Formats: sequence, structure tokens, C-alpha cells
Amino acid sequence: MKFGVVRFPGSCDDVDAQLAASRVGEAVLLWHADRDLQGVDAVVVPGGFSYGDYLRVGAIARFAPVMEEVIEFARAGGPVLGICNGFQVLCEAGLLPGALLPNVGLRFLCRQVDVDVEGECAFTHGLVGERLSIPVKHTTGRYYAPDPDRVRVVLRYAPGENPNGSLNDIAGVCNEAGNVMGLMPHPEHAVDELVGGSADGLKLFASAAAVLSHA
Amino acid sequence: MPDVATLPSIEEAVALGLTRDEYALIVDKLGRPPNQVELAMFSLLWSEHCAYKHSKLLLKTLPTEGRHVVMGPGENAGAVAVGDGLAVAFKVESHNHPSAVEPFQGAATGVGGILRDIFALGARPIAVLDSLRFGEPGSSGRSRYLLDRAVAGIGHYGNSIGVPTIGGEVYFEAPYEQNCLVNAMALGLAPIDRMIRSAAAGVGNVVVLFGASTGRDGIGGASVLASAELDEADGDKRPSVQVGDPFAEKKLMECSLELLERGLLVSLQDLGAAGLTSSASEMASKGGVGIDLDVARVPLREADMEPFEIMVSESQERMLCVCEPARLDEVLAVCARWEVHGTAIGEVTDTGAMRIYRGDELVGDVPVTALVDDCPVYELAPARPRAPLYPAPVATLTADVSVREALLALLGSPNVASRRALFEQYDSIVQSRTVRRPEQADAAVLVLPDGSALGVSIDGNGRRVAADPYAGTIAAVLECAANLACVGAEPLGVTNNLNFGNPEKPHVAWQLSEAVRGLGEACRALGVPVTGGNVSLYNEAAAGPIYPTPVIGMVGQLPDARGAGRLGFAREGDAVALVGWNAAPSLAASELSKLRGEPLPDALPEVDLARERAVLEAIRDAVRAGALSSCHDVAEGGFLVAVAEACLAGSVGATLDLGASDDAWTLLFGERPGGFVVSGRREALEALDVPVEVVGTVGGEELKLTISGETTRWSLGDLSAAHAALAKLFP
Repeated sequence: MKFGVVRFPGSCDDVDAQLAASRVGEAVLLWHADRDLQGVDAVVVPGGFSYGDYLRVGAIARFAPVMEEVIEFARAGGPVLGICNGFQVLCEAGLLPGALLPNVGLRFLCRQVDVDVEGECAFTHGLVGERLSIPVKHTTGRYYAPDPDRVRVVLRYAPGENPNGSLNDIAGVCNEAGNVMGLMPHPEHAVDELVGGSADGLKLFASAAAVLSHA
Repeated sequence: MPDVATLPSIEEAVALGLTRDEYALIVDKLGRPPNQVELAMFSLLWSEHCAYKHSKLLLKTLPTEGRHVVMGPGENAGAVAVGDGLAVAFKVESHNHPSAVEPFQGAATGVGGILRDIFALGARPIAVLDSLRFGEPGSSGRSRYLLDRAVAGIGHYGNSIGVPTIGGEVYFEAPYEQNCLVNAMALGLAPIDRMIRSAAAGVGNVVVLFGASTGRDGIGGASVLASAELDEADGDKRPSVQVGDPFAEKKLMECSLELLERGLLVSLQDLGAAGLTSSASEMASKGGVGIDLDVARVPLREADMEPFEIMVSESQERMLCVCEPARLDEVLAVCARWEVHGTAIGEVTDTGAMRIYRGDELVGDVPVTALVDDCPVYELAPARPRAPLYPAPVATLTADVSVREALLALLGSPNVASRRALFEQYDSIVQSRTVRRPEQADAAVLVLPDGSALGVSIDGNGRRVAADPYAGTIAAVLECAANLACVGAEPLGVTNNLNFGNPEKPHVAWQLSEAVRGLGEACRALGVPVTGGNVSLYNEAAAGPIYPTPVIGMVGQLPDARGAGRLGFAREGDAVALVGWNAAPSLAASELSKLRGEPLPDALPEVDLARERAVLEAIRDAVRAGALSSCHDVAEGGFLVAVAEACLAGSVGATLDLGASDDAWTLLFGERPGGFVVSGRREALEALDVPVEVVGTVGGEELKLTISGETTRWSLGDLSAAHAALAKLFP
């Protein structure tokens, strides 16, 4: 099992995602300018401010050379996880429905939140019904989709926990095929009780490893 | 010298901040009047901000040696060894005047500047802390605006660059109304054998400027903003505030670290105050060499910039390095990979001079020693003020309130209220090292690769220093040491930022000298070296000087990150004890006396430093041994506030019985260094080798206090609502 974590200029949580993934498998960094996924089994598009995100968030990263490969990989059924900025990038790339808007408070917010797993996908296999404690940290995390009934929701903020005004408390979604998932909370920052406040986030990485090993 | 036909006059020198005597000295050193380029360079390097001309003699009295010290004062930052071949670099710096003029960019670029100091040493920045001072948020819209924008600016920069902001502190006092303080501290981690100094070396080596292009922003920032008092028309100085680009800095940081990892550099230096002038001449000075620079090769944002503008521009996100000519192509290739401009702009010479060219034309030629070493240093003329310098605070609490009301008022007062609304705007967890987040413990805790951890704290209560500069500064050092003890950390080094008024005024000179004396005294008593720091003077406005505010940053280490202490009560049934409490807490300069509108006293009670050290060591040992469920030092608001904070952090109540007291208010709300509220098993607490008084039990849904036969109760909800007062400022 080999994870690839994309590194854009401006990625901030790339090394954290690599550390988290390396707890359940091998994990390498994928340079934004290279059209080479190094034969990985799953891709993580990490958090941060790709290319500074001075334009609409994720709008430039979506055109990075590495993203052409990621898009092809995803369309072929490869598991792709977009975290925070990665979620924004996957929405811009058309791999996930909807968009992320500025938080209702218009401020950056860093906070541990509870999220409920509601849907099954490559990264939530066997987790439906669980409540996970995972931190969020973002300015632009308010999920919006014009037709939310058609969106496959996999994570929802627990009652009273919605930090950003997301539509229907949506915290994470997946594509129709269930191999591409995006979420605003940071599972890579909840893989070790010592620094994560919980180890719940590790379950998402373990899910992908388990699904692939049974494939 | 070619083309010096339009030599600037002495009046222009004065307008740039030099005195007439200093100008005469420059003429003497050069043997001729300086031209425009040279005068611009002198005006910056001889400014207070760069030359420390009013503080250098005092700073020499501080203890700087210690067995852990890897780099001391004089480098871009101090550094201490933390085992495993690693060092932690750290430093605090101010960006006060830029933040008073434009708080968002002022604070943001303050963070950017201190981060560059850290990675200029070859250390990867791992944390930021901030120390802020504003006027009263309840009565001043301007202070609320400055607070809001400064916090947003710090978050904007730190969050975007992927360095966690793990702690900090903020105080609100009327004397900061016109002159806010924004100090930022950064820490970095580096293998000791890969750290690099800034001394240029190797005649014929290439000087490479890399990072952002150079524009007209920040011209004269060090002299015009940082080394003079603010006045009403300071909106006009806004163009002197630089604009930050954290994305550019992120690339610059990764590029710098990769250059060092590949061993491509001889030396490295960031561009901060005074831009290229300061960086290049400091590199030359430390290396005992000369440097030739060609300003025509500097990438510009505006084509028509004059040589002096290029030399003094404070455009952000730039670095200067020296490499061997054979390595230049590799250096430029690394820059290209990170999409950073890299340009060879000069070379190291044996002339001992800074020679500035525009193409083939020599436009400035100054001996390095004249620029860097020959700035006159001034003795202060301190005099203790005969009349109070500061008006009494405006009373917000009447004398007849009950203990119940007083605790709620203190918890809701700006200096005590929860900082949650602020620190939630900062990413405190990126890089996966943060073991204790804000409000979980008295100090921030970061795990290191070997499983040990750093404890970090920053503090400095200006009101106490205003009352007694010597004892107040000792109290600030002790406060940091207490915070470290609460997580089990032993101090390794201290950095400091001395924020004071105009040192040419005798009473400010007195505050400054007394504060530095206290700083040295406290650090010697604790056996902790001062590894670096910064001085910010002229923090005055028409209404007078700020409270004298030495901000202390302290870094320590504990052997096992898993054993780091917490401040919140953790277990029902635990005993609560007051540990190390001096027999006589005092309301002098306390939060309660501020709320009551009492004038500042003219002295604070004396502190026995040897005794304080023993208490700190006992607390640290107990935390490391796992003997305590929680540990919190008694600070602003006194004992009862500390207990309430421990209840709120642990979401559990407590029952206290303090017996009979003939001075209940002083006991409950008095302040003095050296007190701790701890919880744990009764026998473990009573075994501590310092004064311990068990005063109650953890448990329930309320705080219940009995003193002199009278019982008062607060529900956790009441305490929490009062403590959340600052959240209203961030709707």
C-alpha cells in the first residue's frame, strides 16, 4: 500500500498527511510540476494555501501538471482524498460536486469538532455511524451545492458543531463512484492522542488501506 | 567619488533621523560629506532600531553564557541544544509602530520578519507566539480595531505559511491606546551541524539576492517608524509599512532550507529592517570583508528606482546569501525549482568597504566598520520620576461588590478573559508537534523527535513594571518560569523584547535601566542565559509613554512529552492545594486594584529569588513525576481566578474551605510570583518539599468557596459566561 501526497507550493499539511499515511502504509510526496504519480495506490491532496490561494481557493492548483494525472487516476477508480485545501482543489477540478465558500464568520477558525460518518466510501469503509473527533482549520470551508439532495454526504458536523455555516452541516462528500472523497476537517491531525486530541482520523487512512488490500 | 554634485544637506540628514553630531561624525569618518546613497545607508544603520545606541551598554550586563547555548546574541536568533544533535533557535521581535499605523500588514510582516530570522540560521520554523498590547477594548473602538486587525494579520501570515501559532498573551491598558505593541516570537528546529552563520567569507565569492523583487515599500521603516515617537499625522506614514506575502515567504523558506540541506551556501542572512543595506553590511562586518553590490542587477517592481531606494527598501520576503562561484548554477537551480527569483548581485572583496554600483558607475563607497561599528553609543541619564507617570486606571468596579461579583468581574475583565476568540483564529496544530494547545496548559508544549518536548512561554505585565521596573521585570521572568514549571519544563534560554518610551527622557531611561537590571538578576538567579532579543524604543504618543513593557520569551525542555502538565482539574475527588504561596500576597498593581481604579503603587513587594527557584524546581519535579493531576500558576486575578480557570479548563467544579482570614480579599485576589494551584492525590500533594496548603476538593458542577464562615457559589455556566467576554469583540 503506497500513498502519494501532492505537494504544491503553499501546501502546509503535506508532511502531516505523509506522516499520517505512513502509519498504515508507505507514503511519498508528489511534486506539483511532475506528471508522475510514482505508482501510488492512493492519492492525498493535502491542506494549505496552494499557490498562495490569492485567487479563488484551489482555482490555480487545479491546473497543476500533477493534477492532470490525479484526475486521470480518479476517473480510473483510484482512491483520492482531498483534505481542506485538497477538498477545495478537487471541487475546482470537477472530481467532487459543490464548492467551498468563506466561513459565515469570515474568520480563520481552528477548533476540534465532532463529525458523524454518514456514508460509505473508500475512506469511510465500516465507519458509518461512528462519531469522530477531528480538528478543522480554515477560512473557506462553508460547503455549498445547488442541489444538495444529489450530493453523497459522507461526513456531517455533529449537532451544534458546524463551525462555518456549511449547508446541511456537510463536512465531507464523495463522488458517485465512492473513490474520491473531500472533507474540511483534518484527519491527518488526529492520528495520535499525543498531538491530535484523538486518533480518530487514522481510521480514514486505515479504511483506504483495508479497501485496497481486499480489492 | 563620481557624481556627487547634488550632495544632501545636513538638514536632510536630520530629517532622516540623524543628529547634527552624528552627521559631523559621518563626514569625519568618510573624509567628505556623504552622497545620497551613503546618507540613506548611514541613517538606517545608525538608527536606534539597527544600532541599539541607547541600549547597547545596558544589554551587555545580561548573562549570556550557558551550557546549552549554541548561538548567543549577535546572530539572527539565539539557539540552545536540545539533545539528539538538534538545536532550537528562537527570538522575539517587535513590529509596534507599523502595527499602530496599519495593524493587519504591520502584524503580518512582523511574523514574516521573525520567521526569516529563524530560517536564516538553517532552522525550520516550528512555532510562533505573539505578545500584544492595546488600549481598553471596552471604551476604545480604535483598540478593538487594532486588536481585530493585528490578530487577523498574525493568523494570515502564520496560517498561510504552515507554522503553528501555539501561544501568546495580550494585555489591555490605557497607556497602549495610541501606541499598541505587537511582538512576535518564533522557534525553529535544526540539526546543529547544519546551522549557518551570517558572516560573509571568501574573497571572490558571489553574493546572491533571492526571493521577492524589490519595490518602494517600507522605505525608511527602521528610521522613520521604528526610531521615533508616533504623532497624530501618522496615517501619512502608511506607505512606510511593508506589505506581506506569506506565499512568497513559504517558497523562500523551503528554498533556503533546501539550499542549506544541499550544502550550497557559505553564509545566509535575511533582509529585514534597512533591507539590503543592513543585511549586506552586517554580513561583511561579521566576516571582516568588503562587499561590492550592483543595484542594476536587483530585480525591481518599479523600473525607475534610485540606487538609494534599492539599498534601503524594506520589501519583504527576501534573503541574501554568499556562495562559491562554482556553486552558483546549483544555487540558482534550487531557486528556480521553488519559483523564487535568484540573482547574483555582487561579490565578496578584501576592501573592507561596502561599494555600491549602478552598472559600472560607483554610487556609494563606505567603510563597513563606519557603517556597522562606529555609530555612537549613548549613556542613558536615568532619573527616578518624582511624580506618578501614569494616571490611575478608570474604575470599573465599585468598592462595595461581593466576592461573588468580584470573581465574575475579574474573569470577564479584558486581561483575564478567555483568549479563545483570538487563538481560534490561529492554526495551532500544523506540523504535528503540538502536545498542549492554548488554554490546555500554562505553557505551549511541542514534542521533539526523541520524545522529549519543548515548553514555551511569553509574558510581560507592563502595569507591574510601571509600578516597579526592577521587581516587575523579575516578576515577568518568574511568570514565564512558572508557566514552564507547570508543564514540567526546565528553562534553557530567554529571549526578550524591551518595549519602552523615549530613552532620551530621564524617567524612561530609569525604567529601562531598572528593567534590564531586573532581567539580568532574575536570569542569573534561575541560571538561564539570555540568548538574544530586540529593543523597541520611542513607544510614545502625545499622551505619554506606554507602560514599560519588557516581553520575556522562555524556552525549556521536559524529558517526556507524554508527561506534560495540564492546567485543568482532571479527576473528581482530587485534593486542591495552594503551593509555594508566599505568606503575603499583595493587591499592589493587581487586576483587582486596576478594576477598582486604584493608582499604581510606587513599588512592589520584594521577591526572594532563591526561594522562588526552589518552588519552581519542586513544581517541575512533581509534574515530571506524574504526582499532579493539574498545575496552574497564580497570575493576574490571584488565587481564586486561578482556581476558576482550572475548573473551566477541566469542566469540573471544586469545593474550597480557606478557614478564617482577616484579609480575605488579599488572600483571594492578591498577586505575587511563586503561587500555584495544583490538584492530585492528597498524600502526593502533601509530600511536596515546599509550602503546601490543601484547601479543597475537585468535583461537582460548581465552584463553592467558604472563607471566614461565609460560603459563596458559582455555577460552571456563570464562570464560563463571564470568562467568554472577549468573544463579543469577534462577532
